[in-house]
Amino acid sequence: MPVSKKDVEHIAELAKLSFEESEIESFTGDLNEILSYVEKLNELNTDNVEPLSYPIPGQNVFRDDISTPSASTQEALKNAPDKDESFFKVPKVINMD
Amino acid sequence: MLNYKNHQEKLEKIKSGEISLSENVKHFLKNIEANKKLNAFNFVFSEDALKDAELIETKIKSSSSCGKLAGMVIAIKDVLALKDKPLTCSSKILKDFVSLYNATAINKLKEQDAIIIGKTSCDEFAMGSSNENSAFGPVLNPVDPSRVPGGSSGGSAVAVASECCDAALGTDTGGSIRQPAAFCGVFGLKPTYGRVSRFGLTAFASSFDSIGPFTNNVEDASLILEVISGKDCLDSTSADIPVPDFQKLLDDVNLASGDYNGKPRIGIPKEYFGQGLNPEIRESIENLIGKLKTSGFEVKEISLPHTEYSIATYYILTTAEASSNLARYDGARYGYRSSESHNLKQMYTLSRSEGFGKEVKRRIMLGTYVLSAGYYDAYYKKAQKVRRLLKNDFDNAFSEVDLILTPTTPSTAFKIGEKSSDPLEMYLNDIYTTSANLAGIPGINIPIATSSEGLPIGLQLMANQFNETALLKMSYYIQKNLL
Repeated sequence: MPVSKKDVEHIAELAKLSFEESEIESFTGDLNEILSYVEKLNELNTDNVEPLSYPIPGQNVFRDDISTPSASTQEALKNAPDKDESFFKVPKVINMD
Repeated sequence: MLNYKNHQEKLEKIKSGEISLSENVKHFLKNIEANKKLNAFNFVFSEDALKDAELIETKIKSSSSCGKLAGMVIAIKDVLALKDKPLTCSSKILKDFVSLYNATAINKLKEQDAIIIGKTSCDEFAMGSSNENSAFGPVLNPVDPSRVPGGSSGGSAVAVASECCDAALGTDTGGSIRQPAAFCGVFGLKPTYGRVSRFGLTAFASSFDSIGPFTNNVEDASLILEVISGKDCLDSTSADIPVPDFQKLLDDVNLASGDYNGKPRIGIPKEYFGQGLNPEIRESIENLIGKLKTSGFEVKEISLPHTEYSIATYYILTTAEASSNLARYDGARYGYRSSESHNLKQMYTLSRSEGFGKEVKRRIMLGTYVLSAGYYDAYYKKAQKVRRLLKNDFDNAFSEVDLILTPTTPSTAFKIGEKSSDPLEMYLNDIYTTSANLAGIPGINIPIATSSEGLPIGLQLMANQFNETALLKMSYYIQKNLL
């Protein structure tokens, strides 16, 4: 199932990325090449195989609900691209128009 | 040249006054300056390192209670958090980011009195096999600067190979420690998944990422592994399994008789010796296998039948995990924000598009695609099933043998630019290393020879999960007796 330019534009939208027209074309080519390579997996019958999501056995990890110190507001704001006294500042979210 | 063969000897010579730790650090700083054109370091902490050297030297000389790594000079890959220092992941999107805390592995190094000399370059967010994807320019191979050092931990491999430090930490998601170690001619150890806490490691593919050392010898790799391993309440996937005294275990290798207790059985997977393997690498590996047989080791051919599916499985699963992990870079709370961010959507989209490099975007796109509605089962779930089959291959193999021996890479270090135009060809370079990450097992690169062009050739050993002991003992035996 080859990926079209339109598919690539849709994926870019989902991934919150924007591309120039020429980049869309080159990504379409790259994705098709990679996806046709990974089609290889369909040679294998995996009907009765359990998916493996973690290589080592995992278990639920519980701890007591006790708060421990974490970064202060000032520290947490240290890397902010924009801020005021105690908040991250971002462009307007609600459009009044 | 360093006048000590491993850390133990360095420590003894500092104690006896034969080595000055301050002079030693100055020597490394001089080498870093002299090798600047290789571009191995993103940041060098000269003042901190010299200050630490003085303090630690005093501690070594005055008390018997100095740390296990006292005076070892270590560089760390710039994907690991070091408090109050930049953490860029070699990406424009984190160019000005400063860490608020230490990664657990870094804390453990510092607790044992190691000296952190700088942060090394890598492929952006550890995505790449050549260290050409750094936003701060490519890293060059010290053996031949027209060639790549391998990746993604290329800077760490170069730092050790060009004598800019005693050791370095890297990370390995599909070969990113072992492959650059092979290309630069040093030891590189990828531990079992979960052996080392990932707290403070910038996530790429969370079910694959492992932290491990680059060193000049097996003893130092064992020592560092022992220090950085262990359960950590800040990483729920870190394993609650006892950490052996790895270095002490090396003593079991009785060097005088060239023998040790419980010789491991060694498996040679036929799938790793097919077409595409450089003939000189094949010859070097076969040569070493011959020596092992002569030394009385049981060596047998085994099969890992799903090997040819590892790259496809790896790229589906790691890009899917990466697309989720990298969703956090949105320009809101930290990292780069586009100056054209006039509304929220623009802030997300433009910050990400201007901040990420091409390979990172390519992988986010692939990962988003394989996770998107309608394709999840066909790609992502299918790959998870094949991951199980690959893991089963190793489980079967390790019921017959203790160690698996292969080449680390199909070729020696390639030319800069040689593979950068074809992503798939670049991915295929990881053919012998991705399987260990899919199965969560440990692997090590041992530099065993040089090609007719003078380029390093690496041998890979793999062991079952949490059996680093067998891996390191065998590596030590090879280093001592067969190189």
